Amino acid sequence: MYLAVVIAILITMLLALIRAIKGPTLYDRILAANIIGTKTVLIIATMGFLFGRPDFLDIALVYALINFIGVVAVLKYFEYGGFHFSGKPNAKKPEGKD
Amino acid sequence: MIHKLSVGLFLGVLWLLLSGKTSPLLLILGLLSALLALYLSLRMEVIDKEGYPIHLTVSTFRFIPWLIWKIILANLEVCYQILNPKARINPVYARIKCSQKSDLGKVVFANCITLTPGTISMSIDADSIAVHALSKAGIDELEQGEMDKRVTKMVGEN
Amino acid sequence: MELLFTLLEWLCLLLGSIFLIIGGIGIHRFPDLFTRFHAASITDTLGAGFILLGLMIAAGMTLVTVKLLMILIFIFITSPSSTHALAKAAIHGGLKPKLDDQKDNQEKPS
Repeated sequence: MYLAVVIAILITMLLALIRAIKGPTLYDRILAANIIGTKTVLIIATMGFLFGRPDFLDIALVYALINFIGVVAVLKYFEYGGFHFSGKPNAKKPEGKD
Repeated sequence: MIHKLSVGLFLGVLWLLLSGKTSPLLLILGLLSALLALYLSLRMEVIDKEGYPIHLTVSTFRFIPWLIWKIILANLEVCYQILNPKARINPVYARIKCSQKSDLGKVVFANCITLTPGTISMSIDADSIAVHALSKAGIDELEQGEMDKRVTKMVGEN
Repeated sequence: MELLFTLLEWLCLLLGSIFLIIGGIGIHRFPDLFTRFHAASITDTLGAGFILLGLMIAAGMTLVTVKLLMILIFIFITSPSSTHALAKAAIHGGLKPKLDDQKDNQEKPS
């Protein structure tokens, strides 16, 4: 029965993947990547129960952290064209990227 | 001082819950790692009322059940919009007044808005939050201001 | 009693799976990026919430439950943050939300 849950999560990931391929804008693709990341956390946790190895939960916890940092880093890169922007509202936007 | 010591206690309990080991060597190593994390966060000066709001614990527990109930209601609403083939989707954009003064209160309010499906916060100003909603009903409910009042009460600013 | 918990567990897992798939359909049915956020937040709140709740009931009163609860709290804090960052980046990048044209008096995002 855990297998059914894993399959449902996989279907959702497939739908998000189709959106990532079709996605008209860059941000649709990042949104799809974010959804796939959250679902990966769930799938790792469920797989831990499916295989009877709850140690997988540590990996799920770490993956949740990495997923959030990764999405924010990618967004910062595409919004400001690099990681050197401090995030202050009155600082000047770097040249050469919009 | 007590506030800073409670961070160390919190880190120690967190280590114990995550590891679940109780052999003496590992306990000592865990204590050392908690102390190292405490030292680093003291050096980074991130421990203050905003970075570690332990004084809000009780009011948070009073706030969360109401929030979960709101999330479930909003979820059913958005699910209906997705599954009903005849539903017309007309998104609305509006500014919602927020009565919180501190940054922490505004962040909690904006996060609560985004957490309930059907409304997302787009940008935060000094006294208002720009909200994009799936339907007019979501904006109307936010404009009544019950969530605003509850968040203000939770962060203790009324 | 045992049976009740098992039933409750499967009910939670089933509801979670249903909400996940509805959210997955939603990101294809909604017309533009800003409405797709709403569909994505279904999968992040109730989908993830019910599945982790079901696993918590399966684990009982152990450390596994504490870890699942930590994952749940973490998802509930970070998912709105990343959605907000994404929305702000999309506005910054020049995307305009598709709004209802019939209401002329409403404010347009800058």
